[in-house]
Amino acid sequence: MTEKEWPLYEVFIRTRAGLSHRHAGSVHAPDDQMALDNARDTYTRRSEGVSLWVVRSDKIVASDPAESAALFDPAEDKIYRHPTFYEIPDGVENL
Amino acid sequence: MTSDQQLTAYTLRLGDNALVLGQRMLELVAASPELEEELANANLALDYIGQARLYYSYAAEREGQGRSEDDLAFLRHEHEFRNLLLLEQPNGHFGDTIVRQVLFDTFYQLQLAALLECNDERLAEIAARAAKEVRYHLRHAERWLVRLGDGTAESHGRAQQSLDHLWRYTGEMFVADELDAAMLTNFDGPDLELMEGEWRRAVAAIVSEATLELPDAGSMAGGGKQGIHTEHFGFLIAEMQHLPRSFPGERW
Repeated sequence: MTEKEWPLYEVFIRTRAGLSHRHAGSVHAPDDQMALDNARDTYTRRSEGVSLWVVRSDKIVASDPAESAALFDPAEDKIYRHPTFYEIPDGVENL
Repeated sequence: MTSDQQLTAYTLRLGDNALVLGQRMLELVAASPELEEELANANLALDYIGQARLYYSYAAEREGQGRSEDDLAFLRHEHEFRNLLLLEQPNGHFGDTIVRQVLFDTFYQLQLAALLECNDERLAEIAARAAKEVRYHLRHAERWLVRLGDGTAESHGRAQQSLDHLWRYTGEMFVADELDAAMLTNFDGPDLELMEGEWRRAVAAIVSEATLELPDAGSMAGGGKQGIHTEHFGFLIAEMQHLPRSFPGERW
């Protein structure tokens, strides 16, 4: 018996047609196909979705937390990038 | 038996198959090799319990003796259960569980496909629902069998042993008795002779993809359909029925 652990997969679910896939969690699985089965059995038991993506966690390129200051802080003082300076006329509901 | 009673008895038998397999699989809750597989197995087990409920409540209704689905599941004796012997076999190791699943679901899928076309509307409706669930069960079990058979030398050897061992319980699936004959002639139900060929082809395809060998025919065990069980069955229903028998009518 080998003690090898199954690799980790990240699971993304599309909850309804027209919406985008969202991260739901992760599963272990011996290979891609079984990862899809495991994701189905772990995350869609209560009709949570209509489509599934799985991707091996080690294939995801992630930003480095140590760099978050350089990456994200500069956006903080640029309030003009948010559409907060418009007056919304009465009666407009879907803006 | 009138043909009406035969349909009732046949429905009950479908319920017995689903309940006994579901009960066996539920024994694996919190006892699976991997968390994900544990969840998958419990999902599938509950599908069978759900199907058993549909069959039993329909059988109870048809019978009209005031028995409920629970009475049929929990208050009948060993010899009154008419499930296939294959389904009461112990879970054994993971290979045994998977092989049992492949052998039965391949059969059950064909049986359900035929029941979809039968002329009893209610049974056809139940079959339609069950067929969707079983399609997934079979897919899952097939994938595992291929991975075990075509995996390591050890998993290959064990899967082959499971197949050789459980093969003897496949014969009775296709031995038509009075009820099977009645279903075919009176209700346009499954034709077991036809199904046997299709089942063999389907199982042979999976087994060969799994790089395993189909066992030689050998001698086949039988008796499940007549209520004559293997020694494992008493323990299974003892555990399953213990609570309702010890505390009759208890609710929570």
